[in-house]
Parts: sequence; structure tokens; C-alpha cells
Amino acid sequence: MLRIENLVMQYKTGDQALKNVNLEVPNGQVMALIGPSGAGKSTLIRCVNRLVEPTSGNIHLGGIQLNKLGTRELRKARRRMGMIFQEYALVERLSVMENVLSGRLGYVGFWRSFFRKFPQKDIDEAFRLLERVGLDHMADKRADELSGGQRQRVGICRALIQDPELLLVDEPTASLDPKTSRQIMRLICELCEERHLAAIINIHDVLLAQMFARRIVGLQLGEIVYDGPPDGLTSDVLTQIYGEEDWEATIQKVEEEENGSEEQPAV
Amino acid sequence: MSTSRNWKRPPFIKNPTLRWGLVLGAAIYLALAFGTMEVNWSRVAEGATRGKRFIAAFFPPDFSSRLDSISDGIYESLWMTVTSTVIGIALSIPVGLGAARNLAYKPVYYFCRGILAVSRTFPEVILAIFFVKLFGFGPFAGFLALSVGTIGFYGKLLAEDIEDMDPVQAEAIKATGARWLQWLNYAVQPQVMPRMIGLGMYRLDINFRESAVVGIVGGGGIGATLLTSFDRYEFDSAAAILMIIIGIVMMVEYSSGYIRRWVQ
Repeated sequence: MLRIENLVMQYKTGDQALKNVNLEVPNGQVMALIGPSGAGKSTLIRCVNRLVEPTSGNIHLGGIQLNKLGTRELRKARRRMGMIFQEYALVERLSVMENVLSGRLGYVGFWRSFFRKFPQKDIDEAFRLLERVGLDHMADKRADELSGGQRQRVGICRALIQDPELLLVDEPTASLDPKTSRQIMRLICELCEERHLAAIINIHDVLLAQMFARRIVGLQLGEIVYDGPPDGLTSDVLTQIYGEEDWEATIQKVEEEENGSEEQPAV
Repeated sequence: MSTSRNWKRPPFIKNPTLRWGLVLGAAIYLALAFGTMEVNWSRVAEGATRGKRFIAAFFPPDFSSRLDSISDGIYESLWMTVTSTVIGIALSIPVGLGAARNLAYKPVYYFCRGILAVSRTFPEVILAIFFVKLFGFGPFAGFLALSVGTIGFYGKLLAEDIEDMDPVQAEAIKATGARWLQWLNYAVQPQVMPRMIGLGMYRLDINFRESAVVGIVGGGGIGATLLTSFDRYEFDSAAAILMIIIGIVMMVEYSSGYIRRWVQ
């Protein structure tokens, strides 16, 4: 379970990105974090694995207090948190396989990783994951030869091969077309269910959030202003999160889509 | 009907006094600089005929009569080029890593930038003169001069390339719990490698040309052979040496261009 208490993040410029955030994510729960640009969504998940150092507050994962860890312990703790990025963040000049295996770097020694001599069980797991996302035939392609959707699948494999307890997902669909976005969101949610993973998914597409997450947290100017089920996102709530706008279309469309037929998952 | 509004591109320097002052100042300085340059036309005319004789003495180039010392010089230069490039690049990697703002702590950064600044301040000829004074005549001094020059060149470009890398890819590898060295190997190295291989080839090319210059001040190699042949007024041998240098430079340049295209 992830527990965030009184988290404050203040940048050197004086801007408060997060003001006293309290949040609990139980094991196995997929939570969508919505909010306008600059609300602090990215900062919040980066504080959890400390790519950004929080100013004050406590973050617990399982029995470990993440914000108190030294360099070495932090490195170990990061293995338990897989991260998926907005622009995929694959190392472009490495192959698909190397990118997936880089998720094991926290577990293998330097020379093993330098000579790409990963343990056989890591390689087996990498192929299993690539097969699961339909990319096992691409293992030796360079990452920059892949399409956006394919890259994000590789990014998902890299996060999952860490064998994490928690997924931190930062705008996974921001650079993808609507269809691919849905496929990627579905894949993430299915995998979380299969592996009983907790996930925080930053997403600014309200529709997608409502379709795939059972819990929605709305962040506005560094403060949580909504925490509840997807169907609780009324026009008033959306106005509170994003500001005044005509939300009727957004809300209606969700209902239609939920009644509509399921898309076939494509490879 | 609306009134039409004037639009002009805003000038680069806003203040008109400053703008025209700078233009005028530059013009005056240029006029004065040309004014102080003395050209003695009678000496130019004299030199022209001497130059014609001088160039005529280059032909035909004589490869054979000094073949031994020419080939010794070439081998020495090539040896100097390869070793100084390899050693210089090897030493410039830690310095370059330390001089990248996004990698190193402030004190390390300033220290490494200092090393780079010092080694870039002196051109290879000055370094060679210095090392010849320290270690005596010969290719060892030349090798040291070229190595130090390589550190300054390669270290600075490596540091700049690392500073320009995509931070998100680096962040992603860091988030997996990778050690620092693994992070370098998986996130930084793939991003900078192709350019650094190209620059390594380019430096090899520079070091060969510099090895000829370094020889003239006592650093050994083909430069020393070239100087000797000029001193002995053996211009035909000197011409042969120059042609060989041109040939090798062209070869290195062509192959480095090919390798650079191949690694991209």
C-alpha cells in the first residue's frame, strides 16, 4: 500500500506544486489522477520515486518510508516502483530487448549488464512480456524504429519486468491517437489486474480516466479537490477541477461509450 | 474603414545612439587598421620572382633519395597520431563526464572545466615547445602535446554532448533503480556514442596534421623530416613529404566520413 501524508513540494522559484497532499492507494487499486496542466500530477508521482525531491511530508510504500532513504536504499526501493512515461522515454539507440532488460538493472551487477549477460530467467521473462504485448518478434529492432503505440508497449514491459508493487504512469496516452490510447490504457489495466498491481495513472483525458479507472482523484493547483468513483464526476466537480466550461458533452459521451460494444484488442 | 498601422521589424539594438555608434566605431577601427598595414610593394615584387623559383624547385618531387628518413618520419607521425588519440580520448572521458553540468557536483564540475580550459588555451605548437623543453627533442614530446590537445578538444565536446542529451531517457533508466555506472552505460552512452565516434575520427585526422606542425618545433615525426629537408634546401624532397601528408590527410578524412555515416 502506498500512503502519502502531508506532501508539500515547493520549487526553488517559490511555486508550490503540491500543497499538503494526503493520499492512500491500496494494493491492487488502479487510480487515475486527473487535473489541468500544471496541477502537479507529474510532480506528485515523481515525488513518490524521488525523481523530484519533496520539500516535506512522508511517503510510505509497504513498510518503507521512501522520503527518508539514502542513495543505496533509494535505488533498491525504486526497483519496486515501475514507471511509464509520456513520451515513452525508451533509450532510442538501444534495441527493444535492451530497453526491456534495462528494467532489471537494479537487480544485476554492473559487468553483467555491461556485457548484456542477463540471467536466463530475466531473458525468459522479457520474452514472456514482449509476447504478452505482441512484440516478441521485434526484440532486436532498435527502439526508434517502432511506432508510438509499440514504443509505449515496450515501456510497459520495462516497468513490469522490475516486478514492481506499484506502477507510476505519467500521461501514457498523451502522444497517441485515440484508438491506440484506449488499447494502451486497457493493456495497463489488464496487466495491473493480472499481477495485482497498484497504479497511479496521470491522465488529462477525463473520458479515458472514467472508462478505465475505478477511482478518480482530481488535483487542482496542488490540492486534491475530488476523490471518488468515476460516475461522481459531475459537471460541478469538473468545473471545480478544470474551471468553468460546458461539461455536459463529456459526461454524456461516457455513458454512451459504456453502453457501446467493446473494442477488439489489436496487436 | 480602419486606419492602416505601420509595421517595421524591431531593430536588434533598440537604442539608436548605441546602434549607430557601434556601426561608426567599427568603420573607423577598420579604416585605421587598414591604414596602419604597411605594404612594401618593391619587396612584394622581389619576393614574387623568388617565390616562382622556390616553387619551381619543388618539381619534380623526389621520393627516392631521402626515402629512409621520410618513411621513418611517417611511421613516427602515425605512431604519435594513433597513441595520442587513444590516450587523449581515454583521459578525456572522465574529465568530460565531470565537466557535464547535468552529471557532476559543482566542485567536480568547476575542476574539470578548469582542466579543459587550460588544455584548450594553448595550441598544440605551444604545448609541444613546452614538452620539448621538459623532456627533450623527439616524438615523446610530440605525443604528450597531442594528447593534452586531444583532452581539451574531446573532453569539451563530450561534456557538451552529455549536457544536450534527452533528460527523459536518462530519468527512465534512473527510475529502474540502476547503479550510476549502469545508468551511464544504458542511458548516457547510447545517446552520445555515434557523435563521439565521429569526433574521435575527426580528432585522429587533426592529430595527424598537427603531428607535422609539432615536429617543426622538435616534437619528432614527419614535421622534423620536413624541417630538415627545408634546412638542407632539398625542396624536391620537401615536396614529396608535403604530397604524402596531403595524401594521408585525404585518406583519413575520407575514411572518417565513411565511418561517421556508418555509425549514425
